[in-house]
Amino acid sequence: MRVALFIPCYVDQFYPAVGLATVKVLESCGIHVDFPKGQTCCGQPMANSGCMDEARPLANHFVSTFADYDYVVSPSGSCVSMVRNHYDHLVDKNDSTAAEVRGQTLELSEFLVNVLGCSFSGSFPFRTGIHQSCHGLRELRLAGCSEVMTCRDSLLQNLLGGLDGIQFSQLQRPDECCGFGGTFAVSEAAVSAMMGQDRIEDHLQAGTQVLTAGDMSCLMHLDGIIRRRRLPIRVMHFAEILAEALRKTDLQTPASVQQGGN
Amino acid sequence: MGHPALAEEFTANTERAHWHDRALWFVRQKRDRMAASVPEWEELRATASAIKQHTQSLLADYLEEFERNATAHGAVVHWAADAEEHNRIVLSILQQHQVQNLVKSKSMLTEECHLNPWLEQHGIHVVDTDLGERIVQLREEPPSHIVLPAIHIRKEEVGECFHEHLGTEAGASDPEYLTEAARQHLRECFCNADAGLTGVNFAIAETGGIVICTNEGNADLGVGVPRVHIACMGMEKLIPRAEDLSVFLRLLARSATGQPVTTYSSHFHGPQQGGELHIVIVDNGRSEILQSEFRRSLDCIRCGACMNTCPVYRRSGGHSYESTVPGPIGSILTPLRTPEEHNTLPFACSLCGSCSDVCPVRIPLHHQLFALREHLDAKNLLERGKKLQMKVLSAVFSRPWLYRLAGRFARKALRWTPRFITYSSLTPAGLWGKARELPEAPPQSFRELYRNRQQQVDSEQNHPGDV
Repeated sequence: MRVALFIPCYVDQFYPAVGLATVKVLESCGIHVDFPKGQTCCGQPMANSGCMDEARPLANHFVSTFADYDYVVSPSGSCVSMVRNHYDHLVDKNDSTAAEVRGQTLELSEFLVNVLGCSFSGSFPFRTGIHQSCHGLRELRLAGCSEVMTCRDSLLQNLLGGLDGIQFSQLQRPDECCGFGGTFAVSEAAVSAMMGQDRIEDHLQAGTQVLTAGDMSCLMHLDGIIRRRRLPIRVMHFAEILAEALRKTDLQTPASVQQGGN
Repeated sequence: MGHPALAEEFTANTERAHWHDRALWFVRQKRDRMAASVPEWEELRATASAIKQHTQSLLADYLEEFERNATAHGAVVHWAADAEEHNRIVLSILQQHQVQNLVKSKSMLTEECHLNPWLEQHGIHVVDTDLGERIVQLREEPPSHIVLPAIHIRKEEVGECFHEHLGTEAGASDPEYLTEAARQHLRECFCNADAGLTGVNFAIAETGGIVICTNEGNADLGVGVPRVHIACMGMEKLIPRAEDLSVFLRLLARSATGQPVTTYSSHFHGPQQGGELHIVIVDNGRSEILQSEFRRSLDCIRCGACMNTCPVYRRSGGHSYESTVPGPIGSILTPLRTPEEHNTLPFACSLCGSCSDVCPVRIPLHHQLFALREHLDAKNLLERGKKLQMKVLSAVFSRPWLYRLAGRFARKALRWTPRFITYSSLTPAGLWGKARELPEAPPQSFRELYRNRQQQVDSEQNHPGDV
């Protein structure tokens, strides 16, 4: 199985630790990933701004960069959704390579649970607040959302739920948007900031010690507010939590990942 | 002014913005409870969506069938190509009957056509009889929500308004007292009316009947006393069969206000004895939307659920949209008609997708908002700065070497530039930084660290003894 890692541009530049944690988590499951060096950006900022002509070369660049792999795995639901759900008008409809690459591009938790069937053990004794990033939630359906009356498991909660000592925060609004929204964060700065503040207040009332999500973009925005207000909440991508739990377990027992279990 | 500026104004009063957010979230939660109580909820949504898409695909046929059947009941069907024609038709009917006092139940279509000011210009006294609509009418402002027109107004403010216009006690804010005062006032209006005007929730092709849903019974009162009933409807309100109502009536009130059903669902088949029923069917841009990729926005049954759930609407208020229909659905319908004036609306959205998931007829609202942005670009209506920025970014991202270089430069710049410059309000970073810290720029990117790591792994494999 040839697996490529797609690290979104802003994660590459600002959150290298999340990329490294993703590599560690995948390696712990026996997957050795390639990181194609030519990769840049999936084109989402341009597409979300309505600039399809500017997004098109990036979509085609993405397809050609990842054409030779069985899976493309990325620690970002938002970028994965861009590739899977919004490349329709950007790449050639009759190009079978493009269709394959799009279909095989998976968000990290999807790959870990649905493809590998991994479960993790280890210790993470913190009250953890899950921020359900919207694109993972409502575009990729990685969890059940409060609007739709169909039951779905939360892949993220299932992955983290196996860790010893972890508790999950009970939020008043379990899946409201954090207000990041890409360029929305700047073009509608006032509403965006208020939405972020409201999410943080919800996590404060729930006693969140560690705030996690499947998308660093939401966390970048929420972390910006947390640091501005000097609040005692640690922000971690879920890959970082798994990597940290693995590191602690590695000291005690070598086998910490069960494959094909769930 | 555009949505961002008006939204900023609204959020500046944090306490009020939070109050507004909570009031609408309360309605959204009621909707959730109601939806959860119907086991086949998602099936209902899928069925409603299928019926609407089917109807829109054969709309011309169904409209003609409706006209035939409504006419057979004795109704007079009028066709209006646009708002102006609609207003002229309504005025001429009223003038024929020398109407001086008109009572109206809620109709977003007549808001869209700006009917009230037109009629008042021609000497007709118009009273909106929905309580919320009456409040905003007395305050001389537009509704801020399609189902809850006065949701932005607090009871104390209603008290002040009623004190001034209806003579209630100064300082009174008890909802029951104020509602009773409105009731007495509106009774008088109903009794003195010469004609009643209503909207239409559903028009049934098969029977030629129309259905009007209200919670206050004001549509029934408004058309019960006067002899002339005018019902105004957008041409997309058609459904094929009477039995289709069983799908829509179950969805409408649950989605709108979290009630199992609207208090009054009134069916009209032709005029009352000795009276007249005029049905005005309005296009006003709908045919054009029907032929575009945005056709599914015409499936809307005006429940307002997308507004109640929209995190942006709840925090920016309906008036920030400067549009008869605000919120997600309004941000599609209005810029399609007037893209120049409303080019900020498709961007008043974080693309969270909550609206699409509450929509009872499953309009892919956030995907349409996404597509509408491209539509604005094609019309050259994107903000110029944004377009330029995206052109530059695209050029950088298209060249991996340039991206690596730019990334290194940006991180260095962020690390070494003094805070007062980075956070100055003149830069995009400063706009971000008004309420938030920027991310801390690490000395090395992921790809640099990864390369080092791989080299280390390789050298360990080649020289297992070395450290």
